[in-house]
Amino acid sequence: MLSKPRYLPAGESALVVEFGATIDPRIHDCVLALDAAVQHANFEGVTETVPTYRSLMIHFDPRRLAAETLITELARLDATGKPARTPPQRWHIPACYDSPHDEDIAEAAAFLGLPRAQIIDLHQGARYRVYMYGFAPGYIFLGGLPPELTIPRRAVPRSPAPPGSLLIAGGQALIASCAMPTGWYGIGRTPVKVFDPKRAKIFLAGIGDEICFERIDREAFDALSLAAEAGELCARGDRLDEL
Amino acid sequence: MWGCLRVLRAGPGATIQDGGRFGFLRYGVTPAGPMDWTAFRTANFALGNDDRAAAIEVSTGGLEVVCEGVPLWVAFAGGAFVWRRSGMVLPKAARIRLELGETLIARAGEFGAFTYLAVAGGFDTPAVMGSRSTHLRSGMGGIEGRMLKADDVLPTMIPVEERSGESFEAMIDAPWLDRDPNPFRVVLGPQDDYFAPETLSRFFSGVFTLTPMADRMAYRLKGPDIAHARGYDIVSDGIALGAIQIPGDKQPLVLMADHQPTGGYPKLGHVARADIGRLAQLRPGETCCFREVSVAEARAALLACEDEIAMTVQRLRPLRRTLTSERLFEANLIGGVVDPLDSEQTEEEF
Repeated sequence: MLSKPRYLPAGESALVVEFGATIDPRIHDCVLALDAAVQHANFEGVTETVPTYRSLMIHFDPRRLAAETLITELARLDATGKPARTPPQRWHIPACYDSPHDEDIAEAAAFLGLPRAQIIDLHQGARYRVYMYGFAPGYIFLGGLPPELTIPRRAVPRSPAPPGSLLIAGGQALIASCAMPTGWYGIGRTPVKVFDPKRAKIFLAGIGDEICFERIDREAFDALSLAAEAGELCARGDRLDEL
Repeated sequence: MWGCLRVLRAGPGATIQDGGRFGFLRYGVTPAGPMDWTAFRTANFALGNDDRAAAIEVSTGGLEVVCEGVPLWVAFAGGAFVWRRSGMVLPKAARIRLELGETLIARAGEFGAFTYLAVAGGFDTPAVMGSRSTHLRSGMGGIEGRMLKADDVLPTMIPVEERSGESFEAMIDAPWLDRDPNPFRVVLGPQDDYFAPETLSRFFSGVFTLTPMADRMAYRLKGPDIAHARGYDIVSDGIALGAIQIPGDKQPLVLMADHQPTGGYPKLGHVARADIGRLAQLRPGETCCFREVSVAEARAALLACEDEIAMTVQRLRPLRRTLTSERLFEANLIGGVVDPLDSEQTEEEF
């Protein structure tokens, strides 16, 4: 983690504020704090911010704001202390590890040298943090996967994993929002739509939210899938400051 | 009375695009929007539209539409495409009134990969998350999230009668859309420190060729190897339009309108926004090179470029409909640019 953030240009219309180069909740906390501070400050010309594992990308309109002005403003923001970020939520997301939703679990079990049941227990028992979105709309990148489940990415991507797939690779976990070819391993599936443009809450989780999985069987999966299709969230969210 | 354009024929790559889908980058939503914002804006401004009005982005696959409902004012610009109204050749950038039943055909011409067909008021296809832009990979926007095809009906936003002011048919004198062999300006960062200084000078002195792996998401270039000094697997960070990623094969990948908002390869720099439209107009096999500029220079170039395009309405030159014979048009307006024989042959192919 850097003692001071680095301000790095991304062209004339975006700026990267980098807090480190690794996946680390402390670095991510800095990213989220700056994100909240920038949104709160409501700078003229800032159009959008994108938090990632280790940095905040700030998009702006160069007609209304120059990068050097933004850097001066951000440095001042740092000095005046950061307002608390929006309290994160904890999402309880149903997860089914039964066939056919456990497509790659046998392959993962063979590679990891772990029994299938243990992989499920480890994946389902962990508490995750939403670090960022990527790949495709609504694709959630999670940190917090138990180290026992660290498995390298496939050399050759597998055929598209269906929406809702719970994927692991490279020490990270993902929730897939749509079918995409992937180098990751699908070990389960949630009926929850983490992304639904037709729903009032388009994206289920905010960046920085916590996620835990609650195991369900196939029948429950099918029933919840229908409800999710009809626009229901099918996941419970608790405000963490209320716990 | 409301008008619409009906698609008679659409080559691959014809999509609806507006200013882009913003506000959801943090959720992994691709901005999309026009590949060449300068041409897109020129066509819209020629009609008095704002800079975000939905238009048709036409690729080298071409397009054929017919005017239905009421006569429509349309404008087109971008590259040197060959446009024909009911068989008669038009300038490569123009504002015209399409009468009922008149057809308008675009096909690839001397240069350029994208051209834009805008309509007064913009097209009124359904907006998804605040934008009409088509993003093919996620199936969002435009018409059912896909490329246009025959029999698609594209309604317009405003009834034709409500259009105020005098209008005349005009060619658009837009020198900013001319072919320009100058190097593309690049701002270094955010990961220029992943490359040795001599590697960076190799990048700026090298000649790169656009490979056939070029789509709305990224343009893959081929040229001298740009080797990483510190590996190529970085923890993902944000991606802006024009980012020059260097993946493991050491060949640059310029991220275009359909780029993902986050990603994990080192980004040597970003193509200046003022030049990104010109880069989008390259066709596979064409070459390019790059020149380093500061953030301030790139910003000044962008503002100058926007200011120039904002003057589009002052650059309209009346089209004389008395010269409507195809031969006269070709001789007087685009003579020497398009060979009439050649265009007839290609038209049959299309």
